Amino acid sequence: MTTRKPATKARQRAARASAPPPYKAKPKELLEFYREMLLIRRFEERAGQMYGMGLIGGFCHLYIGQEAVITGVRAAMKDGDSLITAYRDHGHILAVGTSPNAVMAELTGRSGGVSKGKGGSMHMFDVKANFYGGHGIVGAQIPLGAGIAFAHKYKGDGGVSVTFFGEGAANQGQVYEAFNMAELWGLPVVFIIENNQYAMGTSAERASSETHFYKRGTSFRIPGYEVDGMDVLAVRAAAEDAIGFVRDGNGPIILEMKTYRYRGHSMSDPAKYRSRDEVQKMRADRDPIDHLGEMLVATGAASEDDLKAVDREIKDIVSDAADFAQDSPEPDAAELFTEVYA
Amino acid sequence: MSIDILMPALSPTMEEGTIAKWLVKEGDTVSSGDVLAEIETDKATMELESINDGKVAKILVPEGTEGVKVNAVIARLVEEGESADAAETKPAPKAEAPAKAEAKPAVKAAAVPKAAPVLQDPEIPAGTEMVEMTVREALRDAMAEEMRRDDKVFLMGEEVGQYQGAYKVSQGLLDEFGDKRVIDTPITEHGFTGLGVGAAMAGLKPIVEFMTFNFAMQAIDHIINSAAKTRYMSGGMISVPIVFRGPNGFASRVAAQHSQCYASWYGHVPGLKVVAPYSAADAKGLLKSAIRDPNPVVFLEQELLYGRKFEVPKLDDYTVPIGKAKVVREGKDVTLISFSYTMLAVLDAAEALAAEGIDAEVIDLRTIRPLDAETLVASVKKTNRAVVVEQGWTAYGVTSEVSSVLMEQAFDWLDAPVLRLGGADVPMPYAASLEKVAVVQPEDVVKAAKTVCYKA
Ligand SMILES: Cc1ncc(C[n+]2csc(CCOP(=O)(O)OP(=O)(O)O)c2C)c(N)n1
Ligand SMILES: [Mg+2]
Repeated sequence: MTTRKPATKARQRAARASAPPPYKAKPKELLEFYREMLLIRRFEERAGQMYGMGLIGGFCHLYIGQEAVITGVRAAMKDGDSLITAYRDHGHILAVGTSPNAVMAELTGRSGGVSKGKGGSMHMFDVKANFYGGHGIVGAQIPLGAGIAFAHKYKGDGGVSVTFFGEGAANQGQVYEAFNMAELWGLPVVFIIENNQYAMGTSAERASSETHFYKRGTSFRIPGYEVDGMDVLAVRAAAEDAIGFVRDGNGPIILEMKTYRYRGHSMSDPAKYRSRDEVQKMRADRDPIDHLGEMLVATGAASEDDLKAVDREIKDIVSDAADFAQDSPEPDAAELFTEVYA
Repeated sequence: MSIDILMPALSPTMEEGTIAKWLVKEGDTVSSGDVLAEIETDKATMELESINDGKVAKILVPEGTEGVKVNAVIARLVEEGESADAAETKPAPKAEAPAKAEAKPAVKAAAVPKAAPVLQDPEIPAGTEMVEMTVREALRDAMAEEMRRDDKVFLMGEEVGQYQGAYKVSQGLLDEFGDKRVIDTPITEHGFTGLGVGAAMAGLKPIVEFMTFNFAMQAIDHIINSAAKTRYMSGGMISVPIVFRGPNGFASRVAAQHSQCYASWYGHVPGLKVVAPYSAADAKGLLKSAIRDPNPVVFLEQELLYGRKFEVPKLDDYTVPIGKAKVVREGKDVTLISFSYTMLAVLDAAEALAAEGIDAEVIDLRTIRPLDAETLVASVKKTNRAVVVEQGWTAYGVTSEVSSVLMEQAFDWLDAPVLRLGGADVPMPYAASLEKVAVVQPEDVVKAAKTVCYKA
């Protein structure tokens, strides 16, 4: 493939060395971010509860705590841009606008689910929204994301691939094979590392010789910087910057989002690898939703009543999704053999 | 209005658990996200979080209580400002999900058949004391015994140390052997497998744990190209004494990328030995043999068998030879051949067939490569009929290999074509209704057995 990216010097000038200042949102946008994050939070809480009741099976990885990341990034994406992630994917699919009913019904394995119940929690897809999943093998989505970028470039459609992965996944070898090709061929891909500080029970320090994950592209000449992933406005600004950089033909960039997961890795988690205090402190001091709510009220962008109204609206959406997911019929046995081949 | 707090399920197979500890007391105010209690199963401990704001009105099940059924009401919350008495009047929380779930039965995981007892190995001396233990404990004991015996043996993999194993198989090993010999790796299967193979070439005896064999596909190049072929390529100069182990095959509700059997994949490869035990005694004896074996051994376990209890002989050094199948039930009408997880369905089917007057012989392959053709052929010469069952896909599968061997070596004794049974020829679906039909059930085995007996 021909490389039509600008010369290295020009590119290095174009790339920032650190995160841009937080996004200056209009009051309406702020409220929209709040709503989006709250939808993910309440949806995930209900999913966790339904798992406990045996309505959801297998592995179920909740996104609670990390809502600002997908919300901020998604808001900076344009129609036609693509998105791919790992198994912790409920937040991502809700953010691209897929119906919460269909997402919850996928969790319960019903025919009304996004994949008719065949994929479940880890394998959400919505190709109409350019959401390519939902992948269960740690690291596998990263070359896939580069491949989606390859297709954008090949077709010349101006689209950008936004490829999400965890800091644990950042240690897989295929990440670096993908990085090399992405830079070599100037692929339009933003690599977003959601550094929630743990991979199952292993802290980043225990598994990584370099824990500044944004530096992981250095030897491939891919620029990157760290972003406060608990602040939706910081995320929004960085995503806009990075997507713009990539869309301008500069090749890939890496954003390391410093974030935190409040819940266990999946539903069964010994919770012995970090202290309860550590989790409580994050929740109390850094919660992205509380933080934005306070800001909305303090700046007069919204009243307490406005926030309560959003709360009620979200509660209803999530309740409807839960009802739909329990009422939707289980897939018919005949579905077993369909869709193996195109 | 009060809100019931229910005993949660930590996994689709969990039916009951222990309330290890209450972290709140009656009268405490809680908000959504606060940890209420610690719940324990044999596999894990989990924190139960509140999903509502309110006050703890009643704790109905005290801490330390074991065997609390999933979905039992364990505590009640009332809304802030409400009196605790509100918790006494039977609540009818309309929009609350718990009430809804009570009305609708939870989706059941694919029925796990219950199995009949297993015949003893003839090698066990008469009068040996037998102790009951889980497959999980048997595997752990096997590793611990071999690590005590030979300081070249070490264990490496994701979450094997501080976390005590993703499925708790390596529980206690870090404490006993330290972090020189029980090594937590990054998530880099291709890398640490290659590293393990290199260490084996240089004289160590690694046990490489894959969190599940689905992730060994990241590393399959080293298992085949580096581990299996090096002895041959080096004209016998370099051996690779390494064990690749971890859960393989079907696991409840985890869908296509996490639920696949690799027995036939590795069974295909000269230079590898492939073992897949069913009982705890075999798990222990075969793992000890695998660790001592001078060749690379792929050791396929099964998450759904880890918690099952079996009798294990209490001997100082109990080993089971690699390459020997085991007749676990004698019979004269039909031979049922299987291994690992599907032994459950086969043993159940044998019981059901007995009730209908068909006397089935059951063989557990235990080793996939090298295949113990002798035991299989001897049985078929007696029964003249065979059904072969695996959990994986039958196409190019272990069952296909066994059928070929029987055709080649027992053709003149067969009274019916050998039948193969396996998982449905599709990626594993997530939905409970589809998963159930994708997995071999005892009824399927009964039907096939009757077919080869011309009694269907
Ligand atoms: C190749 C592979 N190895 C191991 C696993 C098991 N596993 C699932 S998630 C996970 C941790 C990943 O951590 P990270 O990338 O940080 O993402 P997070 O879960 O924190 O979102 C592991 C080890 C897997 N699914 N695939
Ligand atoms: Mg992580």
